[in-house]
Amino acid sequence: MQICRVIGTVVATQKHRKFEAAKLLLVQPLNIDDTPRGNALLAVDGVGAGVDEKVLVVLEGRAAGEALGRKGAPVDAAIIGIIDTVSIDE
Amino acid sequence: MQLARVIGDVVMTRKDANLEGITLLIVQPLAPDHTPVGRPIVAVDSVGAGIGEEVFFVRGKEASFPFHPAEPPVDAGIVGIVDHWDLG
Repeated sequence: MQICRVIGTVVATQKHRKFEAAKLLLVQPLNIDDTPRGNALLAVDGVGAGVDEKVLVVLEGRAAGEALGRKGAPVDAAIIGIIDTVSIDE
Repeated sequence: MQLARVIGDVVMTRKDANLEGITLLIVQPLAPDHTPVGRPIVAVDSVGAGIGEEVFFVRGKEASFPFHPAEPPVDAGIVGIVDHWDLG
């Protein structure tokens, strides 16, 4: 799973029916030191995350569909939790 | 599967219901000479691994298999603690 920060919301009226009522957020992957890494991506949200929150994103199709509660949904990323703390001890 | 070292953990209160009670650890993939290679990722733990230990982890939907019949929405999971490895 990838640590990300929510940087925006996405609105799409015309979309696959499995996206009905699903919340789509724009998330920016982060390095361990909280700096941005790579390009932002879209993730469905099953936990009620909001902009600026640090979240854990699963990057796998079937798991993302389960997080959304809809098997067979055409998704590949889902927010599975809002992060309280990250501890690193190298 | 890949060798890695556990370098940290992640705590979440608000999360997918199927993640309840599951430990989330940060793993740094390792080269065969024990040096870090690539970027760290977050993985679920099914074997009781701790920070500083060398482990191996699996990527993909299979990471949820140790929790069967629950199906947590995860894409990486620690499935073994490595005692040691030897190079031919």
